[in-house]
Amino acid sequence: MDIRNLLEGPTEVERGAVDDLLGPPESGWDGGHFTGLDGHVAYGGHAARARRNLLLPALHAVQDAVGSVSKGALGYISVRLTVPPAEAYGVATFYALINTRSRPPTLIHVCDDIVCARYGADELKTSLEQELGPAGGAGPGIGWTPSPCLGQCDRAPAALTHTAGSGYRNFAPADAAGLIGLAFDELPTGLIHQDRNDLRLLRRIGEIDPESLDSYRHSGGYAGLEKAIAMGRDGVLSALDESGLRGRGGAAFPIGIKWRGVAAAGGDVKYIIANGDESEPGTFKDRILMEGDPFAVIEAMTIAGFVTGARKGFAYVRGEYPVAERRLAGAIDQARVAGLLGPDVAGARFEFDVEVRRGAGAYICGEETALFASIEGQRGEPRQKPPFPTEKGVFGKPTSVNNIETLVAVLTVLEMGALEFAAIGTERSTGPKLFCISGDVTRPGLYEVPFGTTLRQLIMVAGGVRDGAGVGAVLVGGAAGSFVDSETLDMELTFEGAAAAQTGLGSGAVIVFDDTTDFGPVLRRIAQFFRDESCGQCVPCRIGTVRQEEALARLAAGSPLGGVAEERQRLDDLALVMTDASICGLGQTAASAVQSAFRLSLPGAAR
Amino acid sequence: MEDTDLIVMWGSNAREAHPIFFHHVLKAINNGARMFAVDPRRTSSAAWADVWLGIDVGSDIALSNTIAWEIINSDLYHEHFVAHATSSFDEYVESVEHWTLERGQEVTGVPAEAIKQFAHEYATAPTAQLCWTLGITEHHNATDNVLALINLALLCGHVGRYGSGVVPVRGQNNVQGGGDMGALPNRLPGFQLVADPDLRGKFEKVWGCTIPHRPGKHISLMHEAMDEGELRALYVIGENPLQSEADAQQMERRLTGLDFMVVQDLFLTATAEIADVVLPAAGWGEVEGTFTSSERRVQRVRRAIDPPGEARDDIELMSMVARAMGYEWPTPTAEEAWDELRSLSPIHGGMTYQRLDESGGLQWPCPTEDHPGTLFLHGRLWEEETGPKAPFSVVEWVPPVDPLSEEFPLRLTTGRRLDSYNTGVQSGRYPSPRRIHGVLDLSPEDAVALGVDEGETVRVVSRRGSLEAPVRLDRSLRPGLAFMAVHFPDDTDVNQLTIDAWDPKSGTAEFKATAVRVETLVST
Repeated sequence: MDIRNLLEGPTEVERGAVDDLLGPPESGWDGGHFTGLDGHVAYGGHAARARRNLLLPALHAVQDAVGSVSKGALGYISVRLTVPPAEAYGVATFYALINTRSRPPTLIHVCDDIVCARYGADELKTSLEQELGPAGGAGPGIGWTPSPCLGQCDRAPAALTHTAGSGYRNFAPADAAGLIGLAFDELPTGLIHQDRNDLRLLRRIGEIDPESLDSYRHSGGYAGLEKAIAMGRDGVLSALDESGLRGRGGAAFPIGIKWRGVAAAGGDVKYIIANGDESEPGTFKDRILMEGDPFAVIEAMTIAGFVTGARKGFAYVRGEYPVAERRLAGAIDQARVAGLLGPDVAGARFEFDVEVRRGAGAYICGEETALFASIEGQRGEPRQKPPFPTEKGVFGKPTSVNNIETLVAVLTVLEMGALEFAAIGTERSTGPKLFCISGDVTRPGLYEVPFGTTLRQLIMVAGGVRDGAGVGAVLVGGAAGSFVDSETLDMELTFEGAAAAQTGLGSGAVIVFDDTTDFGPVLRRIAQFFRDESCGQCVPCRIGTVRQEEALARLAAGSPLGGVAEERQRLDDLALVMTDASICGLGQTAASAVQSAFRLSLPGAAR
Repeated sequence: MEDTDLIVMWGSNAREAHPIFFHHVLKAINNGARMFAVDPRRTSSAAWADVWLGIDVGSDIALSNTIAWEIINSDLYHEHFVAHATSSFDEYVESVEHWTLERGQEVTGVPAEAIKQFAHEYATAPTAQLCWTLGITEHHNATDNVLALINLALLCGHVGRYGSGVVPVRGQNNVQGGGDMGALPNRLPGFQLVADPDLRGKFEKVWGCTIPHRPGKHISLMHEAMDEGELRALYVIGENPLQSEADAQQMERRLTGLDFMVVQDLFLTATAEIADVVLPAAGWGEVEGTFTSSERRVQRVRRAIDPPGEARDDIELMSMVARAMGYEWPTPTAEEAWDELRSLSPIHGGMTYQRLDESGGLQWPCPTEDHPGTLFLHGRLWEEETGPKAPFSVVEWVPPVDPLSEEFPLRLTTGRRLDSYNTGVQSGRYPSPRRIHGVLDLSPEDAVALGVDEGETVRVVSRRGSLEAPVRLDRSLRPGLAFMAVHFPDDTDVNQLTIDAWDPKSGTAEFKATAVRVETLVST
């Protein structure tokens, strides 16, 4: 903690933004004016360092106010939180949404990821370049920058704007004129195309007022918590075991086992985390749940707190989801007022409360241990497992990290009964499941189907391939998933069925490509995504993702190093090294889509 | 250290001056230990503290006595331990009675609330380590300062238990070893009193000589003996007194007034340059032997390379000197010299080279070859039979000798910085990107009051001398307090300013409290 203060100080606006979050400084040592008393006493130590976790919120506070984090502001934050400025800078520059250089008051993030690239992103970028100059330029009042997936794939092309002093807004489908004039309304949460009577997880989306606790309760909200309290800890855990509910974030871990682990862990400080850092390209299910049914997320977290003995929860929402963040924060406020959060939840003599944390543009923070680091105020770098989060999670305490969809599914289990839930789907993949269908289908959107539905059936639910074309390939599981081709459309969408087809369900992203698709650009965009999002901590991933992108670029340019076969071999070798030796799932899956495309010989893959 | 509940760093900027030791402090903090720092400056060590008590220079006894009274008055002292293992408690209580929080605040400058918090947390911590260094000992009343701290440890039973103790952090890797080997004026190796005829006789039999029965002189008495012409020749081993002693002008007169001076050192120090004979010594990688750390752990040192040129290890040099004086001394190996020590010093008796090699180090006392060594010294105080009781010491606060006045209104204190070492003999020979050269550190407020800017050269004047140094602004200083490092005697010799008033009990001079004024230089 050898803090060397930067020479520049914060502006009054920057200081005010930080003080609004942290409270006014308590002494000269805490960033205030020096008084005679400061010459003879200082308080700090553990209490001061315990505020390190407010580093990212403080960076957001300054960025929200003035659009970027200046050296002076960074120095002030460092003093307030007793973080060395070099470390604070390391954290600030880790996140794509935090600018450490000054930028125009309004910045437009234009998605040019897999789906948007097929639906107008290039035209949008060209228009913005004509109107505003090149990307990253410091125009007079408005600038733009390309972005990875913004989680709006059902209405591509997507954009996100940030205006200093007023915040983030989503716009999709976006057009240049609307973006430049900031002339667009808040987006609706998203259409549900299915008959609501068939739906469990999505039944409230679009039906209730997501900003009203009463509306939520009228639709059966908080019956789950009531039931859980009546069943008791062990009753809920048994029900979850019987239901066969497995995590919907990609790892498919049985939730009963996870919660039981945290419940059994020692110590009286434990945490529940709702992982709303949904960043997998092609995935938008959690956004729709958080925006359209935020109380359900909070209710399920509260049940988790009741069952595990955790008294504190974090809802970590990706920075690109301003509406989800606002609705969750509103739901928490209303739940507190109603006594459904706080020191004595629902009069059932247990304590639980939730804090919303906003991500800042880092795909890796969806990985659970990177998410811990992010909440703690560190760079979002994953940690080795074991120890597993149920033993040592955020702040080194037992933690259950749950995907948003999983949490909502817990309410479904309690609502239906465990056996009825388990009766849906297959023996090893139980219950309803959400899939985000985007790309070349007639009705892109979020769909709820029973496990065991085939891929072909799912595509038909979304209206089939657009314009009557055939299926070229389907990318299942997003950028970290694998392609399957038209031969495999009858695969059952289950954990075991996906594994049999050499893919995984991952986050539930299903991106459909028609039979005219040139897959070369798609693969290069995926490779670019992983190179950009690698946290850089471990060598196989940091270097492997760069080399993979380079090899694909050489193949595309027709100038392979030592011939096409040698490039293919190199890509295979890189895939092996990244899969075997990376610390976390990012590196382990960074070659998955590319490798599957080669295996299936998709058109344009090797060019 | 790593397992303790509370750490007090009193007069110690270990983050910079003892960085290896501070790693252990940091581990403790990481394990949850709380930390209090007592220092006039809010140093980089103090920046880690839960509470920093910024005392006025030289008010340590006032603070300690106030803390003691608060502990006693709040009934938080360790009654069982005090009754079982200590003596003179009643006299002690009487001596601190008038040290109320209000008076403590008045004398030390530290808010009463912070003193109270220190008292309550230290007294109620399950275990606590009380550490100090030169901020305590470089005063005219150094020994009293130390006794005042030991009083606190006795009061709360924070001695002789795992995780609880008093920790004088040593400044060099083998200061402890030097004392252990008898480099003290009144002790033979193994802390055996020179004055004891039986002990003397034991050594005389092995050494084949007569040992003077009177204790020798510590360094401040040597200075006086030089002044009086009694001490005419000096053999200096591994020291640079011309630059390291307080009041450097006085010291130069003393050394140049000697008839004869020998310096034995790795480097041609400033002192060596004015010596009659210089004996080139070997460095740690070039010698065999042992080092003893602050925790009394004796560790082996092994020769990796031969000494360069004419350099010889200390055993060989001293044997050669003896032979030149007409004595038929052989040159023993390091192990032979060590085995002789083991035969004479009971606390080292069980430490064979073989055991030291196998264990990686043993802590004395280790009297026999089947003895495992001793983790902490004063465990006996907790046993049924305590042996001699630990006495409380009545100590009164006396302000620094060099008083502040209108003429000399600033309190200058001295210390070290991370990248440099003592007078710079070793560390000044290579460049460091972190080095802050000889500068006068001032509080931003004083700089404004004096009308000086950062980097501007000023004259610093004390009652004894003056020097010129550029100003550096340092937020760790409050108005009225100035700081200089001791590392750059060739450029900014801070000992031109310091006072050689010294502690009669330890012989240490008051490097830490000098009254100065700052004069701006008029540009022509």
